[in-house]
Amino acid sequence: MMLNIKDLHAKVEEKDILKGLSIEVKPGEVHAIMGPNGSGKSTMGNVLSGRPGYEATAGSVTFKGHDLLEMETEERAREGLFLAFQYPVEIPGVSNMEFLKAAVDAKRKHQGLDEISSVDFLKLARETCKRVNLDASFLKRGVNEGFSGGEKKRNEIMQMMLLEPDLCILDETDSGLDIDALQVVADGVNAMRDGKRSFLVVTHYQRLLDYIVPDYVHVLAGGRIVKSGDKSLALELEAKGYGWLENEVV
Amino acid sequence: MTDFQQTALELAAEQQTPVWLAALREQGASTWAAAAWPGRKTEHWKYISLAPLQQCEQLGWSSESDDVALDAVEQVELDAIRLVFVDGRFNAARSSALPAGVVRFADANTEQQALIQQHLGKVVDSERHLFAALSNAWAADGVLLHVAPGHKLEKPVYIVNVSTAQANPVAASQRVLVVLEENAEAELIEHYASDSASQNGFVNSLTEVVVGNNAQVQHYRINLEQEDLLHVGGVHVNLQRDARFHGFTLAQGSRLKRIDYQVNMLGEGAHLELNGVYLPRNRQVIDYHTNVEHCVPHCTSNEVFRGIIGDSAKAIFNGRIHIHPQAQKTLAELSNKNLLTSRTAEINTKPELEIYADDVRCAHGATISQLDETSLYYLQSRGVTKADAITMLSFGFINELLNQVPEQAVQDYLRPRLVSLFGQPSEMVGQIGYE
Repeated sequence: MMLNIKDLHAKVEEKDILKGLSIEVKPGEVHAIMGPNGSGKSTMGNVLSGRPGYEATAGSVTFKGHDLLEMETEERAREGLFLAFQYPVEIPGVSNMEFLKAAVDAKRKHQGLDEISSVDFLKLARETCKRVNLDASFLKRGVNEGFSGGEKKRNEIMQMMLLEPDLCILDETDSGLDIDALQVVADGVNAMRDGKRSFLVVTHYQRLLDYIVPDYVHVLAGGRIVKSGDKSLALELEAKGYGWLENEVV
Repeated sequence: MTDFQQTALELAAEQQTPVWLAALREQGASTWAAAAWPGRKTEHWKYISLAPLQQCEQLGWSSESDDVALDAVEQVELDAIRLVFVDGRFNAARSSALPAGVVRFADANTEQQALIQQHLGKVVDSERHLFAALSNAWAADGVLLHVAPGHKLEKPVYIVNVSTAQANPVAASQRVLVVLEENAEAELIEHYASDSASQNGFVNSLTEVVVGNNAQVQHYRINLEQEDLLHVGGVHVNLQRDARFHGFTLAQGSRLKRIDYQVNMLGEGAHLELNGVYLPRNRQVIDYHTNVEHCVPHCTSNEVFRGIIGDSAKAIFNGRIHIHPQAQKTLAELSNKNLLTSRTAEINTKPELEIYADDVRCAHGATISQLDETSLYYLQSRGVTKADAITMLSFGFINELLNQVPEQAVQDYLRPRLVSLFGQPSEMVGQIGYE
């Protein structure tokens, strides 16, 4: 099992958001999480990645056999969990290059490998830039500093490619993207689908799922999964909206 | 008169000095002797104590220039006109041959003496700057940098001032005068350093810069001294019409370090760009005072100062902008951001605006904060440890200013040294070769 979330409850600033979330993700599977605004989609990603202020109050999360909730944020990342942020953070003064190298080295160190040489890393980073259609000059700039919305999202995908995580959580990576950028993101994700790596794709729009075809679709509402199905569920949601499901919650 | 004022005057009497500086020295000595010693109630010395100076007993001049000390100090790797001073004494062996426009006061010809007499002590107002009066009283050796109209100094002038630890504390007086005629250009790097961890000396430094019509200067003042040195210094600048001053300053070390920047906008279209970084730690105290006098219309000034204060260190930043009634269409900006990395660190920041003209744009801001939680989380979510993330963000906070330093050699010199201050291996930050 890649990820096993059982009856997870979580609160943010004293407000209960997740109220009994359960999902099982096996290696190689792509799960789409859909749901209306405020249903807890982003909270789920934040709790899983260990964002300060997002507190799990009950339930359990097992990641590759480890108790995820007991791990520090950075341990989760090194163990292979990756969250592509909905709103990537701008950090002026820290160059994208040094940030990416620090991240890659942290993972290598965890795996008992030496730090990657600067020359090798530069080569790798440039190739990866090309794959997500970012100019190599972005490596020199501050982390996400002055990047457009689409550039920030592509930078997230680039990090994902460099870190080669086992579990990728995409938090509304498609929001605010035009079709071309969406295609780049989807191509990046699809290229990383290797039958072992798992994905949790959180999205507000069915559109993304035309490009990244999921094995399962879940609807999150009121802090828990109210309906699961295959990719046809997404189309049904597109046609009928979420209203009919929210009525089923109670 | 306090003991220290008395000691300083006795030291002045011991100096052997050129006759043509006598008038300035006498004037300086009398201003110094008559001045009320600043205390806690003196506005511009409110947050910094001068007590360490009063405790500085048996202060004397250095008797010889120490080559060994020089080897302990790494210099900026730069093809430059180099002047090296140790404890205030010129070290000819370690200095470059000087071109026509660069001369020590001691070697000045009649014309240069006249130029020095015309400007030295005239850019600075020694009635308002006590330690400028002391510098005048101690005026002896110094460096004149004079660039003729329409000329550009081919190489940067790099002045290295090294303080050494001595049995008895040593006083050093550093004096620089820059005179750029119309359309002239020059770059000057002043580097203050010390040879070892234990320092007991006192440095009083003063730089005066006259920038003529449409002339421009790039000026650096790097203060990387060690823990216990005492340093009071000032950079005083007159900008004539369309003149431009691009300054960068950095300070670390010293239990008493006070640096003043005074910039007078005297001609229309003058422009000031001044970035500063201060990084006191342990029990260091660093005090920057800047004052920009906008006296005429259409001038612009932009100051950005950032500080990271750790341990039980203390920093003071006072940024004054004075816009005179006739200085319409002034654009003046001042930003001061501070990062406190310990509960016992202290920052006193005060932007001071005095605006007497009505058609001006003036923006100022000062912030004091800890590191941004979201940025920390972002780095950690990529596997970077919290300690490394803190280091990266702290360094990033000042690296933004370092990235803007036009002289690459200065960037290359400072970056690894600052990185090591934050306890990080240097290959991790900014040392990756691009292209």
